[in-house]
Amino acid sequence: MSEPLIGNNSACLINNVSTTLSKQDRLGGWKVRWGINRTSYIVEPGIYAVNNPDSSSVVLVSANYKLSFDVLRSQLAGLKAWILVLDTKGINVWCAAGKGTFGTEELINRIEVSGLTSVVNHRKLLLPQLGAVGVCAHEVRRRSGFSVIYGPVRASDIKAFIDAGMKATEEMRRVKFSFYDRLVLTPVEFINSLKYLLVAIVVFFLLSGLNQEGFSRELMFRNGLGSSIILFTAYLAGTIAGPLLLPWIPGRSFAFKGAILGLLVTAILWYVAWTGNWANTLSWLLLVLPICSYLVMNFTGSSTYTSLSGVKKEMRVAVPLQIISAFVGIVFWVIVRFI
Amino acid sequence: MKLQYLEDVVTLELNVDKCIGCGMCVAVCPHRVFQLNNKKAEIIDRDACMECGACSRNCPVEAIRVKTGVGCAAAVIQGFIQGTDPVCDCGCDKKTKGC
Repeated sequence: MSEPLIGNNSACLINNVSTTLSKQDRLGGWKVRWGINRTSYIVEPGIYAVNNPDSSSVVLVSANYKLSFDVLRSQLAGLKAWILVLDTKGINVWCAAGKGTFGTEELINRIEVSGLTSVVNHRKLLLPQLGAVGVCAHEVRRRSGFSVIYGPVRASDIKAFIDAGMKATEEMRRVKFSFYDRLVLTPVEFINSLKYLLVAIVVFFLLSGLNQEGFSRELMFRNGLGSSIILFTAYLAGTIAGPLLLPWIPGRSFAFKGAILGLLVTAILWYVAWTGNWANTLSWLLLVLPICSYLVMNFTGSSTYTSLSGVKKEMRVAVPLQIISAFVGIVFWVIVRFI
Repeated sequence: MKLQYLEDVVTLELNVDKCIGCGMCVAVCPHRVFQLNNKKAEIIDRDACMECGACSRNCPVEAIRVKTGVGCAAAVIQGFIQGTDPVCDCGCDKKTKGC
């Protein structure tokens, strides 16, 4: 961001921003993808100027999550525009719209507080299409005088949208969930539940030491390592392989897809490290299935196409089965230590 | 390969009699559930609906009804624990100021 400048005929301070991202912006973006400082990666709400706009330039509305803001401005090379940043508490447009912070009230309030009416001479706002979840266009118009135009889903289509006379193609209007979209989500998936994996590994290390004679430290290290590798493999499958392979795993329910993945993981482990102990393998199957099923089920929240009604429906079946399987699995696994 | 979620679960309802054919629902739907036909909206891919509620919120004549919410298992679990509706608290840590 460069030095502040005084907006055309308004009294408020307007920042001029570049359409190229600095090394620091890129690093910040990479860090939040890994869950580092994700909740405090924000820009100040208000008006920003891109490429020295004038009073007739287009007004784009965005969220104050810096990653969203950076993605937007990096797509505006050569376009004179104003960006009106709403206070979405550092959350991206779609999620904030779902929570209502990227919403009708905040938009009307921000138009007023920022003094937008004295910055531009027209009364049009270009919103990201996904903002429609939280914004009621006809109410904004009635109460603020600004008419809302819903632009494309992706910032990369904005220039094409404007060039076409504010018309979107079908492709611009459709939310996708490509391999790359899923790939960038996997680091956070991996990091988010890591603490549970660590707890499970510690518990299994301790339980691994049990046998008929009581507790053996040697046994703990010998079997604990194997258990940790299995748990870690199941975790990787559920948080990374599941999201990436989503369209190719059979079934529609995420929990079901996860269970299929768990079956696959157990089969691979069975093939690679067969110990000759059927009871042990069976107990691991009962544990790996619910772990993978649960982790992939949790990916519904990051996906772009699951409905609440659908998630509730699959959970009503899956969660009891996951709990029963995990419980029976762990009891069985402990019993195996003693026979 | 197209990702498709569960069949026949969504709560989306369109009252064609009220519809004035403005096309707002067609514009805002991220999964192309609606189509405009003879100046009336029509549901063409109901199972693709994710209940985000963009259509009903932007329908000027309240012709669309949908029980909205986030399709997120973690939120459903949080809501279950707290005895409330699904709680979406991703990236909105309560310890962080401003949330």
